[in-house]
Amino acid sequence: MTPRVGRARIPGQAAREEGTAAGPRTGDLGPGPAEIELAVNGTARRLRVEPRVSLLDALREHLGVTGPKKGCDQGACGACTVWVDGRRVLGCLTLAVACEGREVTTVEGLADGDGLHPMQQAFLANDAFQCGYCTPGQLMSAVALLEEGHASDDAEIAEWMSGNICRCAAYPNIRAAIRQVRDGGGGDRP
Amino acid sequence: MRPFAYTRAADVAAAVAEVGSDPGSEYLAGGTTEVDMLRIGVARPRRVVDINDLPISGIEELPGGGVRLGGLARMSDAAAHPAVRGRFPVLAQALEKGASAQLRNMASMGGNLMQRVRCAYFRDGGAACNKRAPGSGCAALGGVDRGHAVLGTSEHCIATHPSDAAVALTALDATVHLRGRAGERSIALDDFFLLPGDTPEREHPIEHGELITAIEIPASEEARTSHYLKVRDRESYEFALASAAVALLVEDGRVARVRIGLGGVATKPWRARRAEAALAGAPAERASYERAAAEELAAAVPRRMNAFKIELARRTMVRALETTASLGARGGTG
Ligand SMILES: Cc1cc2nc3c(=O)[nH]c(=O)nc-3n(C[C@H](O)[C@H](O)[C@H](O)COP(=O)(O)OP(=O)(O)OC[C@H]3O[C@@H](n4cnc5c(N)ncnc54)[C@H](O)[C@@H]3O)c2cc1C
Ligand code: SF4
Ligand code: FES
Ligand code: FES
Repeated sequence: MTPRVGRARIPGQAAREEGTAAGPRTGDLGPGPAEIELAVNGTARRLRVEPRVSLLDALREHLGVTGPKKGCDQGACGACTVWVDGRRVLGCLTLAVACEGREVTTVEGLADGDGLHPMQQAFLANDAFQCGYCTPGQLMSAVALLEEGHASDDAEIAEWMSGNICRCAAYPNIRAAIRQVRDGGGGDRP
Repeated sequence: MRPFAYTRAADVAAAVAEVGSDPGSEYLAGGTTEVDMLRIGVARPRRVVDINDLPISGIEELPGGGVRLGGLARMSDAAAHPAVRGRFPVLAQALEKGASAQLRNMASMGGNLMQRVRCAYFRDGGAACNKRAPGSGCAALGGVDRGHAVLGTSEHCIATHPSDAAVALTALDATVHLRGRAGERSIALDDFFLLPGDTPEREHPIEHGELITAIEIPASEEARTSHYLKVRDRESYEFALASAAVALLVEDGRVARVRIGLGGVATKPWRARRAEAALAGAPAERASYERAAAEELAAAVPRRMNAFKIELARRTMVRALETTASLGARGGTG
């Protein structure tokens, strides 16, 4: 088991550099199912997938990690947002096999046991959702947004969160939650 | 999605050999176009060759003031690079106005140039489309063509080129560096994109398997006062209806040097050479900009629902020129 990852990592701080996952692979995989290893929320997971399986489907259908949601399956909504090597990306346009040797973090990796991440607490405190379907993606983007330093004002937050659509239009409350964490009022974790 | 095999290339030579020697293999970079095309069945390779481990993701400042972007440099990293922001603000802005933060973290500069059109009929396997199935016709002609091009079209294809970055890069006179089985070569950005003509399936003058290793932008004084204006149906996370990339140097109230790219309205990233010629030496004022924009759009061909784009493109170009001129006057770089 590798250490848990509860926060965004510095871009480029790849699991493969730390040697936590499988080394470089040579030769072809597939087209049939192949055994691969993914580092998900700090845990090495083995699974059999065809190369055409997206990271989103591998997480949801093969590993039971159902935090990331499928909205559009074509890059247009952000519901599937996860981090790969600490950067926010879309699980639906990423192939699972291409993530071997990289570090995958989903919304399940945000909390520290039962202790919610400050951004999760701020979402609760600010009513930053209605149906909640977009929320895992919003959270993964919001935490990354603060790490990237793109939350100086509401206009900048809106622009850099635009890759996460909310059909319930909870946008003002999502921005309020982000402001709260940015200003240090997120909860019991720094 | 049809099944396909997967391999990860260890170095540039291996990648070029793997794809160059096999018509059934395709490169996979950020996947933001490729995985979408695989899923909808427009791309049907027997194998994808993942190039994400290749050492061509760097961004390098060139001695004379230019910049070299690796073919695998991510849109987000290129946009954030101080040399890009300082020397070529138009490119940083075009990149940051494209797609979303997540997509920009994934998408590579090379992939951006190679992205496919967003024409709904191209994506729909049941529709006639000369680009997807040569000779089958073009369902956009007489169909829903609101988003389609008004410049550079043919009776075989009217799809708009979707890239923002390429519009800035054409105004910046960038060069595309390629590595193929026959060796290395470079192509000027404007020549890297082909007009549809009667072969819309052929979008670039390159061989199967030629790899974009870098995009080089030469130094230029006017690029420091440059600006990208993008007009779209919503404020963010949307392709352009019309866009303009402008680099402008004003001296003694006259246009000393100007380079203009247009996006959202043409079948390729559009270098507005007619407008540039009309502006050479002209007073740096609105009347000149309006004349130049009208000149450029004179050749535009409206379709059923996209005639508005001609006026929109004119106004977009005029406003981008005015904005850029005011940046220069303040001595800022945007
Ligand atoms: C929802 C959505 C919104 C978007 N909005 C915008 C927008 O507003 N503006 C904009 O400009 N773009 C936009 N895009 C497009 C996006 O920028 C491109 O999909 C992206 O740049 C492609 O890069 P990639 O690395 O993901 O390429 P991939 O998807 O990996 O590859 C694309 C194609 O290029 C080939 N290829 C990749 N790298 C190379 C190389 N080095 N040499 C030769 N061939 C190569 C692949 O084989 C494939 O055919 C959007 C995309 C999505 C999904
Ligand atoms: S406009 Fe081009 S891409 Fe669209 S249907 Fe016609 S041929 Fe195909
Ligand atoms: S499901 Fe991935 S962006 Fe919508
Ligand atoms: S809370 Fe319902 S989609 Fe965002």
